[in-house]
Amino acid sequence: MTEKTAVLELRNVNKSFGPIDVLHDISLKVNAGEVLCLLGDNGAGKSTLIKTLAGVHKPTSGEMFMDGEKVSFERPKDAADRGIATVHQFGGTFPLMTIGRSFFVGVEPTKRIGPFRIFDRKTANETAVKAVQEFGITRIDDGDRLIGGLSGGERQSLAIARAVHFGARVLILDEPTAALGVKQASHVLRIVLEAKKRGLAVIFITHQVTHAMAVGDHFAVLIRGALAANFMRGEKSREEITDLMAGGEALADLDTEIESHMETHEGHPPPPAH
Amino acid sequence: MDIMSAFIRRPATASVLSLIGVLLFYFIFGGVDLEKLGGAASWLNYAARIGIVAIPVGLLMISGEIDISIGAMIPAGAMATAIISGYYGLPIIFGILGALGIGVIVGLINGVLAVRTTVPTLIITLGTLIAMQGIVLAGSVILTGNASVPLSAPDWAKTLFGQLIFGGSHQVVIIWWLAFTLLGWFILHQSRFGNWIFAMGGDKVSARNAGIPVDRFTILLFVLTATSASFVGMCHAILFNSAQVSGGMNDIFNIIASVVVGGVLLSGGFGSVPGIFIGTITFAIVNKGIDFTDIDRNWSSLIIGVMLLAAVLMNNRFRNMALNYVPRKKDKGGSAK
Repeated sequence: MTEKTAVLELRNVNKSFGPIDVLHDISLKVNAGEVLCLLGDNGAGKSTLIKTLAGVHKPTSGEMFMDGEKVSFERPKDAADRGIATVHQFGGTFPLMTIGRSFFVGVEPTKRIGPFRIFDRKTANETAVKAVQEFGITRIDDGDRLIGGLSGGERQSLAIARAVHFGARVLILDEPTAALGVKQASHVLRIVLEAKKRGLAVIFITHQVTHAMAVGDHFAVLIRGALAANFMRGEKSREEITDLMAGGEALADLDTEIESHMETHEGHPPPPAH
Repeated sequence: MDIMSAFIRRPATASVLSLIGVLLFYFIFGGVDLEKLGGAASWLNYAARIGIVAIPVGLLMISGEIDISIGAMIPAGAMATAIISGYYGLPIIFGILGALGIGVIVGLINGVLAVRTTVPTLIITLGTLIAMQGIVLAGSVILTGNASVPLSAPDWAKTLFGQLIFGGSHQVVIIWWLAFTLLGWFILHQSRFGNWIFAMGGDKVSARNAGIPVDRFTILLFVLTATSASFVGMCHAILFNSAQVSGGMNDIFNIIASVVVGGVLLSGGFGSVPGIFIGTITFAIVNKGIDFTDIDRNWSSLIIGVMLLAAVLMNNRFRNMALNYVPRKKDKGGSAK
């Protein structure tokens, strides 16, 4: 593999809250046009890690680089200005705003009418609808609809389209598929691939291995705040990844245990443990 | 059909239906003379009194906060004007500036406490409400020895703030109310600041991350609510040539009820200025229009309570319809605004 400069790189990042160490010595890289899947069970430190990337938390020690240049974010705005965009699980956070209005929160397009500068609703709606349709979500065609009326997948798609529209270079997706059905999740995964095709560096947080396998180029598994594994696509099987996430061999053991039980008990699974 | 569905999705819908409902009720059961009611000043004057404050309070509520100290700010504005220009006899301009200044100071206190602490603004403004009541009463008694202070304003001040217009009993504050409404409508629905207010009410953290100066805007909105209330008090002192310590307490809940009937969501993020405007008219007609019916005045609170509940239920219903609205194919969305 050629060593190109990573869009975003962490070197030996530690984060602790008071006496509690949440992240230990994390070193990670993500390149343009690459999807990094960040896997880990609940409480593994995924949220802290992405909040550190997004400028919400400052690392206790360690360094962050963008395009090889050392960066330090004092607040989320700094990270956003450098092109790091975070999309949260529920996508649009303003459920009672229209698509056009929420798309442009903080950067509203205006037009002049006499002495007044007024919010250009038409441009806002058209731009928002066009941006999301370019990602293949053609069902959104009215910028006056309220965000709260969109499906979970549509909201995610809109949020991703918004980030790309405003020049994001690193897209952090925080469990985008966790609350979605199979079909909605596949929509979102397709949008992740589209974002990758456009040259964005995508950091995809999930604990659904299937979803990660579908889009990931590069995988990192977090266990109790430490990087337990860091490997490329095709280097590990689905089962191996699941086991890693569960913190060892637990799930594989469980599988063989059930199988052997069924063999010796005429095909009946073991009774649930109490 | 298309127009109907677009109408139903707007925040003002419930207030329009409430207004129609109240008028029908008064017409059918109260035998109201609509012509007389339409020409009457009492409800319009009352609507202007609460409406001037309801507009900024509505904007503040859309941004996700609430201000109940307005109740004390109306008499505070009146007393400031009357004490400065009536008791001490300074030119009326000092009375006016004093009243507005008190509004700015209390608004700043509310706003700064709101952004610096995590105390709910209901509690913060409850504190300033009671504190201001104490200051107004004690201040008035200490300074003037009385809880009621006379004032005689010069003609220009009367013309601007305290005149009766149309040769009848309509007060000039009605014009101010219309101006406030127009300004509020422009800010909320036409300027980009309106988008910020909605975003703040939707999610403060995301709004801040999007680069909106949330804290400064919150403080500004608190200054507007308190100052608009002291402005109303000042107008009334000039109009009635006196100010009393007691007036204005009922206004808190009347103003908030008008805003809520007008379709503003109590938890923020949703509402409209036309809704607040019609909600205010509806409330004023229920409250003052009852005098034009055969219904006993004592029933008016019951009607207000029932109307408030009906309006809030309708608001919930329509908000859900707006949320679930999916345009049909080929339906051009432009008709919705």
